[in-house]
Amino acid sequence: MKVVYVNEKWCLGCHLCEYECAFANSGETDIVRALKDRVIHPRIRVEDGDGVHFAVNCRHCSDALCVKSCIAGALSRDEHGTVVIDKNKCVGCFTCVTVCPYGAIMPGADGTAAQKCTLCTENAMGEPNCVRHCINNAIVFEDRG
Amino acid sequence: MQYVIIGNSTAATFAVEGIRAQDKRGKIVILSDEARPAYGRPLISYYLYGRIALENTAYRPASFYAENAVEVRLNTRAAAVDAENKRVLLADGSFVPYDKLLVATGSRPFIPPTAGYESVERRFTFMTMDDALALERELSPDRRVLVVGAGLIGLKCVEGILDRVRSVTVVDMADRILSSILDEEGAALVRRQLEEKGVRFVLGDRVAEYAGNTARLAGGAEIAFDVLVTAVGVRPNVELVKEAGGAVCRGIVVDDRQRTSLPDVYAAGDNCESADLCTGARRILAILPNAALQGGTAGTNMAGGDAVFAQGAAFNAIGFFGSHIATAGVYEGESFTERGENSYKKLFWKDNALKGFIIIGDIDRAGIYTSLIREQTPLDTVDFELLKRHPALMAFAGTARAEKLARRQ
Repeated sequence: MKVVYVNEKWCLGCHLCEYECAFANSGETDIVRALKDRVIHPRIRVEDGDGVHFAVNCRHCSDALCVKSCIAGALSRDEHGTVVIDKNKCVGCFTCVTVCPYGAIMPGADGTAAQKCTLCTENAMGEPNCVRHCINNAIVFEDRG
Repeated sequence: MQYVIIGNSTAATFAVEGIRAQDKRGKIVILSDEARPAYGRPLISYYLYGRIALENTAYRPASFYAENAVEVRLNTRAAAVDAENKRVLLADGSFVPYDKLLVATGSRPFIPPTAGYESVERRFTFMTMDDALALERELSPDRRVLVVGAGLIGLKCVEGILDRVRSVTVVDMADRILSSILDEEGAALVRRQLEEKGVRFVLGDRVAEYAGNTARLAGGAEIAFDVLVTAVGVRPNVELVKEAGGAVCRGIVVDDRQRTSLPDVYAAGDNCESADLCTGARRILAILPNAALQGGTAGTNMAGGDAVFAQGAAFNAIGFFGSHIATAGVYEGESFTERGENSYKKLFWKDNALKGFIIIGDIDRAGIYTSLIREQTPLDTVDFELLKRHPALMAFAGTARAEKLARRQ
């Protein structure tokens, strides 16, 4: 399946992907209105080190530990292989946060449920908005098996 | 081929998925002594707390059993396993033949023998949805609740009911709360947080006797209550395998393919033992994710596949009234501690590998620590000083990171 992959050496650490992620999932049509003066809660996050930067989001693992660990059955895999979360079922216990080896699932904005990258399948973007706006191809949306 | 599964919770559900990944045609029969389809068992406290609607507690969509061609027999209690003739005897005297059997019977609440217990009018345990619904019917703003047991189940129950009753008092023999997952300092912090919410604790004491609605403690104190919840621990449901002649230690003895000592009989979930990768010792690791992994392993192997359950470890995510606690592994070896006003973090390592952690407060990305435990990653291959401060993939070598982020997982 197609997943977001990282080309670490190209990442500038600009964090634009985080803003584009937050915008894509805001329900707004204007990025300024969506993000200005707001604390953003992106589902992709950039780590910055000494000359090293890279983005991390859900790997959509084929044997996903979060799905197996969810106490509510709120996490599941859809017919395309995307790991999705049912917000009506999530109780915010954050067992998924405690097991994800990538640190790629996190409490949502109000803290009562978890959130994760679902490859922009649940918003109007069509394909991952972070990838579309990455200025240096440091993240790509590809099928690598 | 007829697969029979006794029990219908996490291990059973993942076993069905494991079987169906291998075998689309064999018949699957689930025998459940409950009246409802599988639900997320830990959700019972969240239901009482108002965090989830009853109709959303189903563990799988309503179509799950039909789509997987599973015959679910609810309200059906298995009385015995006849391993010689490969059949399960039911309480009504009939039997169900099997080619492959999974015993996924979980555990039951342990009720310590206490004088006068039977005289308590409103007494409950807290394990099933029926338990929670029965307790809910007795909750009202004028009632005082006594919870015996300050462990995970007892305290999640407390969270669920605190705002729906007059008062909640918790008694535990241990001198600290959550003694299975927290050390002294962590337990003291969480205790203070719960006391600030209005929970009253009596620790280091036990109920010696009940007289109607009064509990007399061994230390001499008396506690008047209207509703009693006993949550001191659980006992694994091993009897079906034991009485059939299967090997049982504290839990059902299984190998790493979830096979019991009886031919074609498997076990998975809170009723069986598995190797704790942190210590190598076999013990019951009664947590939901392990039940899922074991159930999936059993199902795969029952249907002719080859799967191994090798990454058994204790890990827990829990919280109260919006707080969060993540713990994992065992608390042995050297340690690193970080304290804040309402936070506490402690990492434990030994033999060049992370063995355990306690995090109270900011649990963000705690799974990176859990992964270090599950993989027993040599700590001299990562930037452990960075990891001590916060979990980050930056701490891994570039090649290891590329493996994680540039390859299909």
